[in-house]
Amino acid sequence: MIVIGERLNGMFKDVGKAIVEQDRAVIQDLAKRQVEAGAHVLDLNVGPTAEDAVAAMKWLVETTREVTDAPLAIDSTKVAVIRAGVELGGPTSMINSSPGDEAKLDTYMPLAAEFACDIVCLTIDEKGIPRDANGRMEIAMRIVEKAMLNGVDLQRIYIDPVIIPCNVPDAGHHPGEVLETIRQVRLISDPPPKTTLGLSNVSQGTSQRHLINRTYLVMCLAAGLDSAIVDPLDTDLMDAVITADLLMNRSVYCDDFLRAHRK
Amino acid sequence: MAFEMPTERWSGKLNTVTIGATSAQGGTRTSTVTVGGETTLPFLKFEGETPNPPVVAMEVLDMPLTDVPPGLAAAYGDVVGDPAAWAKKCVDEYAADMICLRFAGANPEGADKSPEECRAVLQAVLQAVGVPLVIWGCGNFEKDNNLIPVLSQAAAGERCLLGSAVQDNYKTIAACSLADGHLVISEAPLDIQIQKQVNILLTDMGVSSENIIMYQTTGGLGYGVEYAYSIMERTRLAALSGDKMMSMPMIAVVGSECWKTKEARLSEEVAPEWGEAAVRGPIWEATTANLFLHGGTDILVMWHPQAVAQVKETIAQLTGEGA
Repeated sequence: MIVIGERLNGMFKDVGKAIVEQDRAVIQDLAKRQVEAGAHVLDLNVGPTAEDAVAAMKWLVETTREVTDAPLAIDSTKVAVIRAGVELGGPTSMINSSPGDEAKLDTYMPLAAEFACDIVCLTIDEKGIPRDANGRMEIAMRIVEKAMLNGVDLQRIYIDPVIIPCNVPDAGHHPGEVLETIRQVRLISDPPPKTTLGLSNVSQGTSQRHLINRTYLVMCLAAGLDSAIVDPLDTDLMDAVITADLLMNRSVYCDDFLRAHRK
Repeated sequence: MAFEMPTERWSGKLNTVTIGATSAQGGTRTSTVTVGGETTLPFLKFEGETPNPPVVAMEVLDMPLTDVPPGLAAAYGDVVGDPAAWAKKCVDEYAADMICLRFAGANPEGADKSPEECRAVLQAVLQAVGVPLVIWGCGNFEKDNNLIPVLSQAAAGERCLLGSAVQDNYKTIAACSLADGHLVISEAPLDIQIQKQVNILLTDMGVSSENIIMYQTTGGLGYGVEYAYSIMERTRLAALSGDKMMSMPMIAVVGSECWKTKEARLSEEVAPEWGEAAVRGPIWEATTANLFLHGGTDILVMWHPQAVAQVKETIAQLTGEGA
């Protein structure tokens, strides 16, 4: 599984404070620890506290780059912030993310083409999050169409079927619909786009966040999920990822397979 | 429309490993051997790099070759029984890239030579040839744990390849490699999972994964080579997929295994329908070696000079400019 580390997000108190105070040590420590723990990509989000989000993102990219060459996922809802981040982050950057409505895709997909970078696209549009897999697949098809029109390699597309918290009343069917979406995205084209998931949302506001996160992640991996935005510092979760990869025949078993993966 | 060769994009690459140290590097070798670094399945030039061609290590024993067909014994003549002269002949006449010096005579069930006797043999071979050495014990754990430290120390700084570490006996050899600057052969009984486990155990001891060569105990043609091939292929695929604990180059013992088979050994009097024994034996060894080349082996340990010549020609054809 491609692990996108979620911890460099201004929504976390320690990171939000570090961004405001320009405390490089906190950011660089979290960047290094996430990579050591197995993150392939680091998500960067300046959060709501920064006054000048573009300047904050530039600072965050530069600060992270000083300690790691890992690809960076530039995470924002503002196109100016994404452009600034991707420009500085280099060709391995990832745009995170574009909603799946016509207008937003027409903004972000040309950006992905311009920088030849990966892009996360959400199955959410002006009507909100679809109720079921069919609704999500309609948007996924629009995403694939826009990618092809803009000349973006489909293997650079990461479709995020958007999970909502499992404790939301009358939304208990969503985890199952997201699993079905992951299965169907694999059939949409050849080669298919990749799938990813902002995992932690599934457990928002619950009493057993870690358990729900790792249980659901393993279910998604079994359905064919390629990548997820997760906390790599959650050791139990990473153990589950390594084990699921093994059970999906993506690695060679040995008695110390957990340590082998981390070497 | 022009044909476009379909290719895979791999994320991993094999480790690049250099065996032997020249005087500038703290040893006394006059040449070194570098293997590994491949970024594709064997010899797929259109897909990736094979920066270092596979090499042949010719095997020399610390005792005379016994119980071998006359054709093989004749190929070496008088030098068999004198390891230094034997090694020199392999290098000077048969262009061996390395010498694999196996201390079969140290086995307690055989000649049970002392570590000191073996050290004298090693020193004579180091003097006689300038190519890098593989130093292989006798296979008896207890004896090897006394023998390897003596040999390792006698060749300190030469960056030899020490054989072999197995799951139940790896600590002494790992410690020797660290103390004296050698590399280690990580051995498994035709088992990819155990291979990975031995690699982890060695790296736990502090041996760099860049100083390990993998060895699966393969047989000769006709004796399970297709299974050996599939294990080698699976190992290479794991390495190319980014598994760092499977990314070491591989060594295969071809000669001694092939010359155990009846197909290589039987005289034409006993098996006239199989053709001339003097031709059949080397072909058996060369064919086994060629198969392991295609499985991804980087170092072939061989016996018969004719088989060596044929395999070196194949390597040149597969990796040369015209390939």
